[in-house]
Amino acid sequence: MLNGSTFIRRELLIRIVRAFDSGSLESEIDQIPVKLRPKNEPSSRCCVYHDRAILKYRLMALLGISVEEEIDETKPLSAYYAEKAWTAEGEAAKPKTPLSVCGPACSGCPDARVVSTQNCRGCFARPCVYNCPKKAIEVVDGHSVIDQKLCIKCGKCIAACPYNAIVKTTVPCEEACPVGAIKKNELGVAEIDFEKCIFCGKCFNACPFAAVMERSQLVDVLAAMKRGEKLVAMIAPAAEKQFPGKIEQLLTACAKAGFSDVMEVALGAEKTTAHETAEFIERMEKNPNTFMTTSCCPAWVNLAWKHLPDLVEHVSLTPSPMVYAREIVKEKDPSAKTVFIGPCVAKRSEARRKDVDYVLSFEELGAILAGRKIDVIACEPWPVARPADPTARNYARSCGVTDAVLAEATAKIPGFKLNAKQINGIDKKTCTMIKLHASGKIPVNFLEVMACPGGCQNGPCSLVK
Amino acid sequence: MEKVKVEICCGTACYLLGAANMMDIEDKLPAEWSGKVEIEAKPCLELCERENLGGAPYVRINDTEVMAQATPDKLLTRIGELLGGAA
Repeated sequence: MLNGSTFIRRELLIRIVRAFDSGSLESEIDQIPVKLRPKNEPSSRCCVYHDRAILKYRLMALLGISVEEEIDETKPLSAYYAEKAWTAEGEAAKPKTPLSVCGPACSGCPDARVVSTQNCRGCFARPCVYNCPKKAIEVVDGHSVIDQKLCIKCGKCIAACPYNAIVKTTVPCEEACPVGAIKKNELGVAEIDFEKCIFCGKCFNACPFAAVMERSQLVDVLAAMKRGEKLVAMIAPAAEKQFPGKIEQLLTACAKAGFSDVMEVALGAEKTTAHETAEFIERMEKNPNTFMTTSCCPAWVNLAWKHLPDLVEHVSLTPSPMVYAREIVKEKDPSAKTVFIGPCVAKRSEARRKDVDYVLSFEELGAILAGRKIDVIACEPWPVARPADPTARNYARSCGVTDAVLAEATAKIPGFKLNAKQINGIDKKTCTMIKLHASGKIPVNFLEVMACPGGCQNGPCSLVK
Repeated sequence: MEKVKVEICCGTACYLLGAANMMDIEDKLPAEWSGKVEIEAKPCLELCERENLGGAPYVRINDTEVMAQATPDKLLTRIGELLGGAA
């Protein structure tokens, strides 16, 4: 959804594309923060100088540089760009960690607390006092006061107060992270523990100060295009309804924007369905009392590997639609480079493992189209050999994979029964539910896990939710 | 005013910077304005280049008036003003 954070990021992306195309990015990039926040005009934070400092870091992340790894504070953006545009290839172009926290942007939100506000009328019934299991609340001078040493933040007082006088303050990034990977460091600035991080992108969306940033490969893609490399755009099924017009029109828009070829990742999803169904049937034949989970959501696969070792053996070994899409591209032209375009942060980590050359978000693709004045709605539909199967295009929705596997299995074995369950969004609560499955006591043989509620269509980098 | 003509820029820049939220504006028009408001989604009006990218999304009203940083609410208010509240 559009808010101040997404607006500024998109504006910067479009400016980068425009400046790159006019050949002036190297000379202009250091001026962008000043031009966007001139003196004597309103600032978003304490002053225009703070704004400019953060804009510099935002641009750094958009160049793919990790803000945490900054060594030389005096190094201008133009120097980072020059390294990128002329030398960056291979490893340097593939950031190990797709996220980066911009310290100066982090507001260092106060620790989560339950506090009584001025709405408290010091009533006679005092349901807060009576409902508190830790006896942490007393009324002082006609006003309820919560003893923070005793409070366990259970929220019973919040629910009990008829005046909505008690509120819970939160640290949005910590609250959103399902695995406790983002925490404030000794300086009070948020820091991501990349050993724990599953790259689900929840903190990226949750931070109201936009301090969590994606490390973009936009400039890498633009530079590769300029070098004349053959880049194939692989459009994720979640692209439906993200831009005006149809998927086929979006494919044409990508071709116009400079990609040498275009394809729907849904064609890869068809292969995932076939293999995953066969794998499932085989597993059930070996042991009817076990279960299998899906493997197409990379944040889920990261979660299993990093935090739920007992579940790893249950995760399907079938490659994701992106991996099959890459295979299709490479079969056709081994020299082509692949660019996955989707709504996902975690795909950046999967792409690195699976040799997909670049990942762009829909936002970044949008910036290329905007910078090159291509309107999707004005494009003719791309002449696809055949459109992908509707069940494959449906992968972007929760239940989509389950439906596809069920349809495939029923076609092979009439009357096939799938005892399926969906984990529709990974958060702290559903993490606990997933752990219960490891015990094997839940009568389910097919578990679909999607990190984003509703599926990829609501991914952290989707344009429209 | 008898009739108001509204052109919403659907160029990709404006779309990314907020026009996506205005795509369903027609459904938000009060019934009494029916027949008095003509809404059209236009390809890039090139205002983001002539004016300022930060002003997107742009809407053009009655061929001459340009609204920057348009939102559904701002647009509905302006249409109401132009119709003179006498709708």
